[in-house]
Amino acid sequence: MVKTTMNAVAPMTVIESRGAQKPLLEMRGISQIFPGVKALDQVSIALYPGEVTALIGENGAGKSTLVKILTGIYRPNEGEILLDGQPVQFASAQAAIDAGVTAIHQETVLFDELTVGENIFLGHAPRGRFGTIDWRTIHARSRELLRQLESEIDPTIRLKDLSIAQRHLVAIARALSVEARIVIMDEPTAALSRKEIDDLFRIVEGLKRQGKAILFISHKFDEVYEIAENFAVFRDGKAVGQGRLKGTPQADIVRLMVGRDVYDVFPKIKVEIGQTVLSVENYCHPTEFNDISFDLKRGEILGVYGLIGAGRSELCQSLFGITRPSSGRLTLEGNRIEIRSSAEAIAAGIVYVPEERGRHGLALPMPIFQNMSLPSLARTSRSGLLNAANELKLARQYAERLDLRAAALSVPVGTLSGGNQQKVVIGKWLATQPKVIILDEPTKGIDIGSKAAVHGFISELASQGLSIIMVSSELPEILGMSDRVMVMREGLQAGIFERAEASAEVLVRAATGNA
Amino acid sequence: MNKRDTPVPARRTIPDRLGTPLSRTLASWEVLLFGVAVLIFIANSLASPYFLDAWNLSDATFNFTEKALVAFAMALLIIAGEIDLSVAAIIALASTAMGAAAQAGVGTPGLVAIGIGTGLACGTVNGFLVSALKLPSIVVTIGTMSLFRGISYIALGDKAYGGYPDSFAYFGQGYLVWVFSFEFGLFLLCAALFAVLLHWTNFGRQVMVIGNNEFAARFSGVPVERVKFILFLLTGLMSGIAAVCLTSRLGSTRPSIAQGWELEVVTMVVLGGVSILGGSGSILGVVIAAFVMGLVTFGLGLLNVPGIVMSIFVGLLLIVTIALPILARRIRQARRA
Repeated sequence: MVKTTMNAVAPMTVIESRGAQKPLLEMRGISQIFPGVKALDQVSIALYPGEVTALIGENGAGKSTLVKILTGIYRPNEGEILLDGQPVQFASAQAAIDAGVTAIHQETVLFDELTVGENIFLGHAPRGRFGTIDWRTIHARSRELLRQLESEIDPTIRLKDLSIAQRHLVAIARALSVEARIVIMDEPTAALSRKEIDDLFRIVEGLKRQGKAILFISHKFDEVYEIAENFAVFRDGKAVGQGRLKGTPQADIVRLMVGRDVYDVFPKIKVEIGQTVLSVENYCHPTEFNDISFDLKRGEILGVYGLIGAGRSELCQSLFGITRPSSGRLTLEGNRIEIRSSAEAIAAGIVYVPEERGRHGLALPMPIFQNMSLPSLARTSRSGLLNAANELKLARQYAERLDLRAAALSVPVGTLSGGNQQKVVIGKWLATQPKVIILDEPTKGIDIGSKAAVHGFISELASQGLSIIMVSSELPEILGMSDRVMVMREGLQAGIFERAEASAEVLVRAATGNA
Repeated sequence: MNKRDTPVPARRTIPDRLGTPLSRTLASWEVLLFGVAVLIFIANSLASPYFLDAWNLSDATFNFTEKALVAFAMALLIIAGEIDLSVAAIIALASTAMGAAAQAGVGTPGLVAIGIGTGLACGTVNGFLVSALKLPSIVVTIGTMSLFRGISYIALGDKAYGGYPDSFAYFGQGYLVWVFSFEFGLFLLCAALFAVLLHWTNFGRQVMVIGNNEFAARFSGVPVERVKFILFLLTGLMSGIAAVCLTSRLGSTRPSIAQGWELEVVTMVVLGGVSILGGSGSILGVVIAAFVMGLVTFGLGLLNVPGIVMSIFVGLLLIVTIALPILARRIRQARRA
């Protein structure tokens, strides 16, 4: 696969004079070679005290490799790392921590069954007189660290009793529990809602004031512009540009990142909205949501926006028969229906593309075509006997329609990239010829190039008369794709807005309940 | 709209499969295991002059046919991510029930029905506990293992049931033609049926998906609980059939009958290349593994190796066959790097 326009943008490096300020940490000419791949090729980057440097790049650009070098997990084949102008070597993860580098990872490794304090100090617990663990200090220092993060979480409660946002704070507290001068945040906002992101950014501002140098890795441009001073763009293992964010238009950075122009307008196709297909009345769940009512029309994309924990996924899953609603009516094309299992939902023509593709959507070690044909086996088989030729035919039809990139239809789905895995999930559901397709965070964890393809495809589906419910936490996606937007807040319906009246401000206000 | 600013490249047709059918076959675990079976066969025929005798070889099949019948069903269960450790206890209970019925004068067809019925009933208990009450199968079946065998001990104490009708002996002692026993025929038939069930039916595909990702299976409309229940029922059924064969072959029932078979059955399944973590495996592998285990125990028996030493050999065999491909892969990777 050759990107033909790869060289359309000449690699440029913006280097500005920075006056007298010296970088806290500098990496020069770093290369990391794995068998068959040059993951990093002569990369240089500098981090300044009291400033955030955003590291931007598509999946596979080398961001994670850089983080692993900085945290002492990989040793680079070439290049040097300078701390305060002095060359250092991170021979181990401990050496990196001792040098003052700490990282908050994309998927934080914490332990559900341990207390908050234990999680924060695991591996470097303060010791008492006889080498025993000094619990009093652990709890006092945990409380203090969490207070710095404007949180009053009790250090003695177990992690599993915390919300996702609170767990995140614990992860940050853990990162700060070592004497860190350089903080790496690897996609820290991936699982957070807008309000939680705001809280996180206040913490980052606090860290800046303490003079820490922060490396901030994110996919999301609005966040990067909000929090970072500097940027560095990686593409295919090379640093293709860096400089001050102020005065650099987003389009330039996007172009550096992907090496070509990317759509900035959502590929929304104008569709004649038809009759009501699905109507949901007073849908209730004992704990997750209450009294939800809406109509969905033919060809319509209904966006569902809300914070994490607003009950969006639970609502979708009950429409798909995974959980049972406690009360409520469901009407599909004028007929009253009841959905007691996902098999019934599929038979009725309602399908669900789950948020966690790998966990809920795919059997990763199994071949592409077997994943695709799974809900359609009744059609590809005869009297219960499999027919591989039919399955392959079905898979090929949707693989080509979705422009799937794979070596063969028999390779395990797990070998594909995130975007292509998502295509397999969507293809698997399209093959059932549904009437309503529910997409839960359809572009989560997908790089920007593939996102455009997924968006284009969603639009195309709507134009072919499919009704779509699209849950998303990304405002641009919701605003760009939806015909109407339903906002949920704490399990309640906070309003339904027409495309014309929906703006970022209106939706956020409805989702947070702030006037 | 500017979906993509470059001309969309001509859609490439994705090939169905990679490599030739031959290259895919040669790389499989089954071929490796078959090689092991051939080696053991050669070693046995060199070590003992009595080995290469049609009747001796026929006798050797009794070492594995009954266990293999259970192993086929166990393979499906393990592929689906569950396990049934009560199979040997089901055999004991089914055998006890048949013994009691024989004492009461029930004829051969009735005895077979009772044996198989007991197996199905035990499978129903396991299946209900696992799929309806959502209890972990390893715990459930350790519990029912004690329960089922406990009932046998209560019923029999230190006595033994005998006195089965003469016609009942056919299942464990009869021959179809020449040296081919009824049990061996049943083994081949069940191997074929289970191979079709696992590899060529929608049900088998559902079993495979459940073992790979139970969530994804549920989210794709697979009736996970029903499939699991059927698998436990099937395992009970095969244990009942194995009980008929074993009881018929031995001609008597003691409560210690088939003691320790659950581990030999699981060993056979794992040796056959079924992932103990679920999600992959083949019936062909289990068939070859059955032959390997049968040949090893029989060959050692001909050499007058005591049973205790034999179990050491079986253990070593298991470890070596599991370690070999893993080590081979590691060496290949190291060479590439």
